[in-house]
Amino acid sequence: MSSNTAAARTEEGVKIGSFRLRISRLILYIILGVVAVAQILPLIWLLLFSLKDNQEVFNLPPLALPSDPQWGNYARVWVDGNIGLYFFNSVVVTGVSVILTVLLASLVTFAITRMNWKLNKVVLGLFMVGLMIPVHSTLIPLFSFFTTIGLMDNHLSIILTYTAFNLPLTMMILLGFYYTIPRELEEAAIVDGCSIHRMFFRIILPITAPVVATTAIINMIYNWNEFVFVNTFISSDNLKTLTVGIQNFIGQYATDWGAIGATLVISMLPILIAFFILSNRIVEGMTSGSVKG
Amino acid sequence: MNQIMSDKRVIALYTLPALLLILVLIYVPIVLTGYYGLMDWDGIGAMTFVGLENYAALITDGMFWSSAYHSLLLALFSVGSLVLYLAVSLVLSSNMKGADLFRKIYLIPMLLSSVAIAQLWMRIYHPTNGVMNRFLTTIGIENPPLWLSDTSIVLFAIFIPIIWQYAGFYIIIYYAALKNVPKELEEAAKIDGATPVQIAYKIKLPLIAGVIKVTIVLAVIGSLKYFDLIYVMTDGGPNGASEVMASYMYKLAFRTNDFGYGSAVGFFLLVLILIVTYLIRKATTSKEDEVQY
Repeated sequence: MSSNTAAARTEEGVKIGSFRLRISRLILYIILGVVAVAQILPLIWLLLFSLKDNQEVFNLPPLALPSDPQWGNYARVWVDGNIGLYFFNSVVVTGVSVILTVLLASLVTFAITRMNWKLNKVVLGLFMVGLMIPVHSTLIPLFSFFTTIGLMDNHLSIILTYTAFNLPLTMMILLGFYYTIPRELEEAAIVDGCSIHRMFFRIILPITAPVVATTAIINMIYNWNEFVFVNTFISSDNLKTLTVGIQNFIGQYATDWGAIGATLVISMLPILIAFFILSNRIVEGMTSGSVKG
Repeated sequence: MNQIMSDKRVIALYTLPALLLILVLIYVPIVLTGYYGLMDWDGIGAMTFVGLENYAALITDGMFWSSAYHSLLLALFSVGSLVLYLAVSLVLSSNMKGADLFRKIYLIPMLLSSVAIAQLWMRIYHPTNGVMNRFLTTIGIENPPLWLSDTSIVLFAIFIPIIWQYAGFYIIIYYAALKNVPKELEEAAKIDGATPVQIAYKIKLPLIAGVIKVTIVLAVIGSLKYFDLIYVMTDGGPNGASEVMASYMYKLAFRTNDFGYGSAVGFFLLVLILIVTYLIRKATTSKEDEVQY
């Protein structure tokens, strides 16, 4: 009898416990949900007004669906806005700098972590201190330097600066991976008569492919969105990248909300699509830079 | 083997291109910034050596100090917001289903260009048609603020999108760190009757102290050199109410062609960031936690 009541009591306790657990879970989900809504609501609003005309933007409630989606906004800004050209420039600048950065960073990281020389720590230190240098403190000398050597208003000036400024972060992400490569791999290759260049390009580079891909994506995001250097070094409209191009274009359309919305959505799409395909790598890259130990 | 792996020519070949890039495009420019700061120079004509005149002028330049004050406020605000990110990450890492989806959603704003974000938030803050004030009038607030054109709140209005933009970045860093905390510790504490809050405060937070330190440094450095959103959204205005150090430097050099004085501001920014980084690291480094970044 008494054992029965005890059992009943325990059962009651478990019920109350699981009820409490469920309530606290619910509260936690509400917290996460509120933050998630805060993070994407502005973008949903943007998507909505990109499909409206001014009439609807100003008169309908902000989150109302457009009654007659104005897909024409997209067609209009694509045709009038030079957006295709800006897009192409962004692809070229981003692509070339990403390849250059990843290749140079891999070579240096290999030399620093795998090869034997005295100054390797000093050289590594030089790159790592580079992480702290604010780009604005270099802007004026870079401006006069590129003016002097005639690279002003030339894609090469931004490609080279992107590469230089992204090298430190890229190397930092690569370092951890390079330290874990077993020595035996290199020894075996050398015993088999492999030259060091061949070893780097045929063995080391391929086995670092996963982390190289991560750094490439992080670089891609930074370069695609970069603003200050393009804004300062590029003046010709036909050389501008998407970031700076849309800024000028929006200036002309200051009062046409649908057109502005469509422009912004077009500029965001490539990165968002890349993110949905490659999100795990992106998250990994962003964290591996700062989380160690 | 050793001979091949210490081939000086190979080391030079692999190291020099990257080293040359950062020397020419990062290190030489920061030295030149300090040097130009000693000059009276409009960027085109001849330089006149004026000694420490520019640096002395900084001391009495009210605009400079107010921009430095705004940068400092942003730094405090950013570091304060880390508490919020930490709280969200603690929730996110507590075995929640869908944690992956949530952290991906949080990260989205971070991937977008600051120009696009600035243009979007300018519309959110639009006095009559923006989603912010339309919401406020709907809930009965009759004279909602003018946000970006009100000198007393413009700075705060700009801090919000900055926080919004970086939230996901810090959340995934904390999340990744918290996921590395050994499960056994948490289990053991639970058996001893520790509440989730106690576990977070006494076990999880001390274990990720190194990562928290890194994020504090990142937030402070990032804030001190912050530029993009402010440049696009308000251009430091109205009346300098949202001017920060980087935007002030940019204006001096590229609007008023005062390259000498602008360089002095740029050099100050660099020195400030190096000092602050050093101080934070020194203040927060204990002997047992050696965190690389």
